[in-house]
Amino acid sequence: MSDSHTHDVSKHVRSYVLVFAALAVLTIVTVWVASFEFTVGAAVAVALIIATFKGSLVASFFMHLVSEKKAIYWLLALTAIFFVVLIFLPLGAMLDHQGTPNVP
Amino acid sequence: MSHSADAVSHADAHAHHEESFWRKYVFSIDHKVIGIQYAITSLLFLFFGFCLMMLMRWQLAFPYEPIPLIGSLLSESMAPGGIMSPEFYNSLGAMHGTIMVFLGVVPLAVGAFGNFVVPLQIGAPDMAFPKLNMSSYWVYAAGGVVMLASFFAPGGAANSGWTSYPPLSDIATTGQTMWLLGMVLLITSSLLGSVNFIVTIIQLRAPGMTWMRLPFFVWAQLVTAFLLLLAFPPLEAAGVLQLMDRLAGTSFFLPTGLVVSGEALSVSGGGSPLLWQHLFWFLAHPEVYVLILPAMGIVAEIIANNTRRPLFGYRSLVFSTIFLGFMSFIVWAHHMFLTGMGTSISTFFQTTTMIISVPSVVILSALFLSLWGGSIRFTTPMLFALGFLPMFGIGGLTGLPLGLSATDIPLHDTYYVIGHFHYVVAPGTILALFAGIYYWFPKATGRKMNDRLGKLHFWGTITFMNVIFMPMFIQGLAGVSRRLYDGGAQYAHAAPVLEWNVVMSIGAWALAIAQIPFFINFFRSMFKGEKVKDGNTWEATTLEWSAAPSPPIAHGNFETVPSVYRGPYEYSAPGFPQGYAPQNAPEKA
Amino acid sequence: MDIPYTVDARPDTGMYNAKLGIWLFLASEVMLFGALFSSYILLRVAAPEWPRGASILSVPLATLNTMLLISSSVTMVMSWASLKMKKFGAYRVYLGLTLLFGLGFLIVKSFEYGAKFSHHLYPGDSTFMAIYFTLTGLHVLHVLGGMIVNAYLWGPGAKMWKTAPEQFTNRVEVAGLYWHFVDLVWIFLFPVLYLL
Repeated sequence: MSDSHTHDVSKHVRSYVLVFAALAVLTIVTVWVASFEFTVGAAVAVALIIATFKGSLVASFFMHLVSEKKAIYWLLALTAIFFVVLIFLPLGAMLDHQGTPNVP
Repeated sequence: MSHSADAVSHADAHAHHEESFWRKYVFSIDHKVIGIQYAITSLLFLFFGFCLMMLMRWQLAFPYEPIPLIGSLLSESMAPGGIMSPEFYNSLGAMHGTIMVFLGVVPLAVGAFGNFVVPLQIGAPDMAFPKLNMSSYWVYAAGGVVMLASFFAPGGAANSGWTSYPPLSDIATTGQTMWLLGMVLLITSSLLGSVNFIVTIIQLRAPGMTWMRLPFFVWAQLVTAFLLLLAFPPLEAAGVLQLMDRLAGTSFFLPTGLVVSGEALSVSGGGSPLLWQHLFWFLAHPEVYVLILPAMGIVAEIIANNTRRPLFGYRSLVFSTIFLGFMSFIVWAHHMFLTGMGTSISTFFQTTTMIISVPSVVILSALFLSLWGGSIRFTTPMLFALGFLPMFGIGGLTGLPLGLSATDIPLHDTYYVIGHFHYVVAPGTILALFAGIYYWFPKATGRKMNDRLGKLHFWGTITFMNVIFMPMFIQGLAGVSRRLYDGGAQYAHAAPVLEWNVVMSIGAWALAIAQIPFFINFFRSMFKGEKVKDGNTWEATTLEWSAAPSPPIAHGNFETVPSVYRGPYEYSAPGFPQGYAPQNAPEKA
Repeated sequence: MDIPYTVDARPDTGMYNAKLGIWLFLASEVMLFGALFSSYILLRVAAPEWPRGASILSVPLATLNTMLLISSSVTMVMSWASLKMKKFGAYRVYLGLTLLFGLGFLIVKSFEYGAKFSHHLYPGDSTFMAIYFTLTGLHVLHVLGGMIVNAYLWGPGAKMWKTAPEQFTNRVEVAGLYWHFVDLVWIFLFPVLYLL
């Protein structure tokens, strides 16, 4: 543990506080935006964009993914692919369905 | 120098420090002991699952006749008057599948062989998280106990098939709740295990053990661990949802307006039975590769060792395995062609299914080609490994018609499907697992198993397995459905192929008799088997044989940390005195 | 026998064992919650009508809970940073705050559940209530699990700081990664269940 490392960390502390502030503000924003009378599609898009942005702030800084090792990026990329598969393929199967469309 | 001195003092410290019986054999954190615990437990479950099937085979061959001997031992609800009740038949079917897959084959292939062999083959002192390893065994054991206890639940054990499709399973008896709880425990256990395997393989490889020097078995286990890690959680989620349906009255899998026994069910409805099928097969298709990949790994090790030459196309084996693992996540809905699936999605899943058969064929071909020009030693493990190749070939090729919807639609849920996946898992995987037992038994005990009994075991097993499973294709092509209480006796279209039921049942009971040499061999060899003189009884190149004594030292495996200088299968190395080059032998011997 | 790389990073991968282990575990958690979100989407798309969360659930309470969780996340990362800077006292304060915020979250959540039950709203009432109780219930279990680990690291586990400070710092980092993930799940649960 060198001094440079300690110095490094104290620099990070400032970014933690900034991220916290951003998360708090975005929480207010998402609640405020939800009070508008959007269509469902637009409301989903806006809410998910804000949530994704918040989530990536947490992952990048609190979970320090910005400076993480390559193996972890690979792992998360793989997981992300299967996550997308898991979300969209059952949905696709339901929408492309013979018979009564409303009952999946 | 200082390294080896350090290791010696370590060994001394261990010799002086006696562990209690409990720490050493029961709550051990040594991967070798845990591996053996897994092996014994899962072999018992395999035997138990097989017994369930032998009971069912009586009802299939001789419907409505009292079961001899055992019939009178069963409770009144299971077999009134010694005749198997339909409910009990359903329980046996569901629990046979569950036990064989989740409590038998996977724990043996991954928990036992993975645990015992992987750290030794990569030159690691243990798994990365020994205590986690111990807890995954005990969580698995708890899951097994819950599953066994469910036979005594009111209404008997789970009886909605091993796939537990709702809405049937949502309204089934208490046994289904216990099945779900058992599954949650088993899933947790394999999650803990897979995290441990991946970290061990990535982090604890010995110096010089680069990725392309890993034995193929380790690669197979690594890909398997990733499948378990990422495919099992969706089934855990589905299990939680079904538990909510059963315990909290929700309707995740219950559609609106469901009528049961002439009465409308008083639930909110709005759920989707197909949701369960998606989540279930999201796991259960990769699970097929969890069953087969470790078996391929075992077979590859044994073939290289007994042909005395390098595996054909090591790199293509590795990349095929990785590709296979990846693709296995996007083929699952070929189990669901009959659910009213539209043509676009169906085309997608048919295409991916055809694509995934390519790496499987590459692997099988590479293993076949590895035999070319080798001076084959027909040892017992090699016989089992050789038996695996054509059996898995039959299992794999009969799967192709099931992956195309035009041919799947008439074959779906017939005995053809049963024949297909049993060829993959029973004469396929289970033969490979036996091969692994014969191959690594000397490593675990320091004694070899008897060759004569081993060969007797092999010929009996492979013969009767074919007697059981080959007629299933005939029945299935004639359109006989699976899960029929009387084996099809009440259907006219089944009449011409009905007599095969008796043949298959006799085959199943004969298969049990064929296992007697194995039981005798297993227990006798433990105490009376031929002692392994130097550790490396098979003259193998991989670290578990070339760098560690048999059995390896408790807690630490190796006296000194081995260094790796070359790939895993250099069996023809003229510069070396024995003619082969162990991975840990320096350049100039 | 010592297992290598329990404290120091393996040179070629750059990680110590538990760091890789926790990320693998989190990957499996992503798939667990992924399956539940997938179920949510499937059921919602198939439903003839779907209530707006705000019409049934309390957005102010959930907003408060969001604030509590993101606060607990920042104090969690501060407690790890304090250990990195060798300030054990500050570590205790920050991790204690994390625990308090977590407790606050659970208290607010129990008020929410209580309010639903007192209005006779149960999981079996509708698909929406079913998915609401299942998702939040599973999330609460994750919060509880994280709090047990954090409480151990705050109390009896903290003795390790004297004997093996680097390993202890790693443990706090790993516990933190899990805790941030639990926060991250909530960041998605909040709009999905309450706002849409």
